[in-house]
Amino acid sequence: MNPILKSLLILFLVIFIPLNLAAGLIWLERRLLALWQDRYGPNRVGPFGVLQVLADMIKIFFKEDWIPPFADKAVFVIAPAIIMITVLMSFTVVPWAPGATVANMNIGLLFFLAMSSLGVYSIVLAGWASDSKYSLLGGLRASAQMLSYEVFMGLSLMGTVLLTGSFRLNNIVDAQRHMWFVIPQFLGFVLFLIAGVAETRRLPFDLPEAESELVAGFHSEYSGMKFGMFFVGEYLGVILISAMITVLFFGGWRGPWLPPIVWFALKTLCFICFFILLRAALPRPRFDQLMSWGWKVMLPLALINLLVTGAVALAART
Amino acid sequence: MDALFYIASAVAIIATFLMLTRMNVVHALLFLIVSLLAVAVVFYTLGAPFVAALEIIIYAGAIMVLFIFVVMMLNLGKRAAAQEREWQRPSLWVGPSALAAVLVAEVVYLLTHADTRMSGAVALGPRQVSQSLFGPYLIGAELASMLLLGGLVGAFHLGRRIREKR
Amino acid sequence: MLSILRTLWNVLLHMFHRRETVQYPEEKPYLPPRHKGRIILSRDPDGGERCVACYLCAVACPVDCISLQATEDETGRRYPEFFRINFSRCIFCGYCEEACPTYAIQLTPDFEMGEYHRQNLVYEKEDLLINGPGKRAGYNFWRVSGVQIGGKDKGEAENEAPPVDLHSPLP
Repeated sequence: MNPILKSLLILFLVIFIPLNLAAGLIWLERRLLALWQDRYGPNRVGPFGVLQVLADMIKIFFKEDWIPPFADKAVFVIAPAIIMITVLMSFTVVPWAPGATVANMNIGLLFFLAMSSLGVYSIVLAGWASDSKYSLLGGLRASAQMLSYEVFMGLSLMGTVLLTGSFRLNNIVDAQRHMWFVIPQFLGFVLFLIAGVAETRRLPFDLPEAESELVAGFHSEYSGMKFGMFFVGEYLGVILISAMITVLFFGGWRGPWLPPIVWFALKTLCFICFFILLRAALPRPRFDQLMSWGWKVMLPLALINLLVTGAVALAART
Repeated sequence: MDALFYIASAVAIIATFLMLTRMNVVHALLFLIVSLLAVAVVFYTLGAPFVAALEIIIYAGAIMVLFIFVVMMLNLGKRAAAQEREWQRPSLWVGPSALAAVLVAEVVYLLTHADTRMSGAVALGPRQVSQSLFGPYLIGAELASMLLLGGLVGAFHLGRRIREKR
Repeated sequence: MLSILRTLWNVLLHMFHRRETVQYPEEKPYLPPRHKGRIILSRDPDGGERCVACYLCAVACPVDCISLQATEDETGRRYPEFFRINFSRCIFCGYCEEACPTYAIQLTPDFEMGEYHRQNLVYEKEDLLINGPGKRAGYNFWRVSGVQIGGKDKGEAENEAPPVDLHSPLP
């Protein structure tokens, strides 16, 4: 096949599939949450209620797209776009299967971290531009939380980078030919999982939008498809973090018998379900608890993990 | 690659100029972020992807968020914008503009006379960066880390004193 | 940390529990006979209207959703000329049923009253009247009350002695 055509096809698939998956995830999450709370969830529209997503989409497109008169209009409009752009950009470095990556960069992992750090702006600016006190509080919480958890998110990944010797995600997958990195880097995996939950602002760590305290936090003033973009952006983030956990700690597309893309999808789906289970089971901590865990427990653990991994890697080499 | 470099540079310059002329502080910060992102692209085209990534993660992703955080806490309203307008009188632009013009002239001279390396630049991976950072520039890296540690201790000290007063 | 993992495991086990949801339109819930739902007006065992238009239900109603107009037929039997319940106001408290001296107004175990137009929720007497005695099968107010109506003179009701003849010297 023509290489340009092929890369265009991959590009299209990489944008098209996650966006649709993110919409489908809304249905999946509602069904799974219901399953774990002894309910059925949406089961009326279409077989098993799958078309609920379509109905929700139609509804959200026809809702009034209202910009509050007191809001900072330009920033208000830009904010939801930022989260979509940053998350979709991150999907370009994910290796779905051998050869199926949009950008096989030699700094792939750093690119992912950079994009997730830019994602903070979406939340912070949405909170600021809404010019309402609940939104502002949500934005402040989001900036503090995501900044703190980003620090050890990066550090927890450096163990795998040390073991591989490369930031290129394809190389990281290749290095897990004999053993998944979850075994030597178990602490790194746990830390990255926690940081991932905090970065995507999922429950237990959804303090920026904590509905019982802040109405809806940073997106209190958003309606219609602008709110929908925050919503889909959050689910895209969940898919992204699950895919990254799969790539970095669970051997990516590697697995026997089945084709690589199926293995990748299965592993990613497991982590998406785990994210939803976290939401179903765990209560939300207080904000000061969240911050002190981040800085006093997670960061030292990440540093210790990095030091020990480095020492072992050095000892193994000499 | 050359075209990318020039576009990114132009974006950086325009964004910085717009940043200087904004009345609203948050808008100014947004333009500063755009400018930093453009600088990151410039680094990338010059063959330093590692530095580009760090530029985004640290400057655009962390430090500017802190700036916005502080601005959000300050609750600047219309009055602050009016004050800003008062400060940005055209006469105040003369001095900085002249200095900047000198710099621009120097850059133009450098660009036109010395052979620019960006088209033939070698890609510099993370490995080379770290090797030079922990090899010939070890003292510099250590000094910077000492400075950061000093800042950390200072911040901790300031935070402690406020708590004890309560 | 362990408690968190245990919580996750316990929540995961809920997958295999019985669903609590009642799949409503297909699967109807059991409603006891005394459930307070749609209001009806019942009839005597012999087919006459029970309501005597005493207005007690309208007075008892906390949201003033009942309106009626009393009238009499030529034999002196009271009945409502119109009887109107606005179900868009009704809160199904059942006070009207408690206030009713003749067991005419009763609440039934039916709640499926959805309408697309609010005006359709205003029920007239024809909509409210049913062809039966409702919860009090044998009760007939006009048979036990001492009021004189057509076909029943004074003293002809159940457990009622004939009226004392004032002009007779005997007790």
